[in-house]
Amino acid sequence: MSLNQDFVGRNFVSPVPFQVGREHIRQFAQAIGDDNPLYHDVEAAKAAGYPDLVAPPTFLINAIPGALGLPTDDPALGLDYALVVHGEQRFTLRRPVVAGDELITTSTLTGIRAVGRNEVLVTTYRYDTTSGEEIAVGTCTLVSRGTAPPRG
Amino acid sequence: MTATIGYDDVEVGTELPERLFPLRRVDLVRYAGASGDFNPIHWSERAAAEAGLPGVLAHGMLTMATATRLVTDWVGDPGAVLEIGVKFSSPVVVPDDDEGASVSVRGVVEKKLDDNRVVVNLTTRCRGEKVLMAARATVRLS
Repeated sequence: MSLNQDFVGRNFVSPVPFQVGREHIRQFAQAIGDDNPLYHDVEAAKAAGYPDLVAPPTFLINAIPGALGLPTDDPALGLDYALVVHGEQRFTLRRPVVAGDELITTSTLTGIRAVGRNEVLVTTYRYDTTSGEEIAVGTCTLVSRGTAPPRG
Repeated sequence: MTATIGYDDVEVGTELPERLFPLRRVDLVRYAGASGDFNPIHWSERAAAEAGLPGVLAHGMLTMATATRLVTDWVGDPGAVLEIGVKFSSPVVVPDDDEGASVSVRGVVEKKLDDNRVVVNLTTRCRGEKVLMAARATVRLS
């Protein structure tokens, strides 16, 4: 079944701020096998001029609202999680995320288009702190496999 | 926050030497926990087979993080990364054995921009296949 175009243009916002914690940064860095001291050692991060531990650039993916930054649990969207693969991902950072940041992420579904039998969803993310500082933006492309209607 | 690489010390064509990063099944489980992405195709052989996949796959974001690491290790300061973008072109199949998959990443400075910024083009392969396309990072050097 094809996706519901009515969702294009809608914003999805985290219901509560995403609190960036030191231990989450350390666990994420360990999970990507990265022992950069700025991810693990508060004193090293401070010596490098940061207020606290620095998060790896791709840590931003953790702060999107819900699964995939989309209302995947809303049956009206018609998205089957099992059919989705990641197509593209981009982040542009004004500054790195650091421990102590409280992030509000706004995810906007900017388009759904059919490419053959697949549907391609483009979502943009904007990351603001609770004090109103925009720190990053992102773009995510997801591919919903085989859900586009066949062309006559 | 200062990159350990100087803008004047690199040219278009400067290479970031290839490195190999092992990804084993336990790394996928650890990434699932740290990222909250528990899609079973990243840890369950059965779920991967039911989805018609050739095996359990690494999270695309784990592959992206691995490629990004070549750049952050090069400059030392991860805060020097201003932009990172990739296309996921081929899945990284991670077998349930001691070796797992080996992901190779190498980079080359593709452009020098103003304000001490450079664009690094990253080539990321697994078993000879390019697993990322159009993988580029914009980094501010010192």
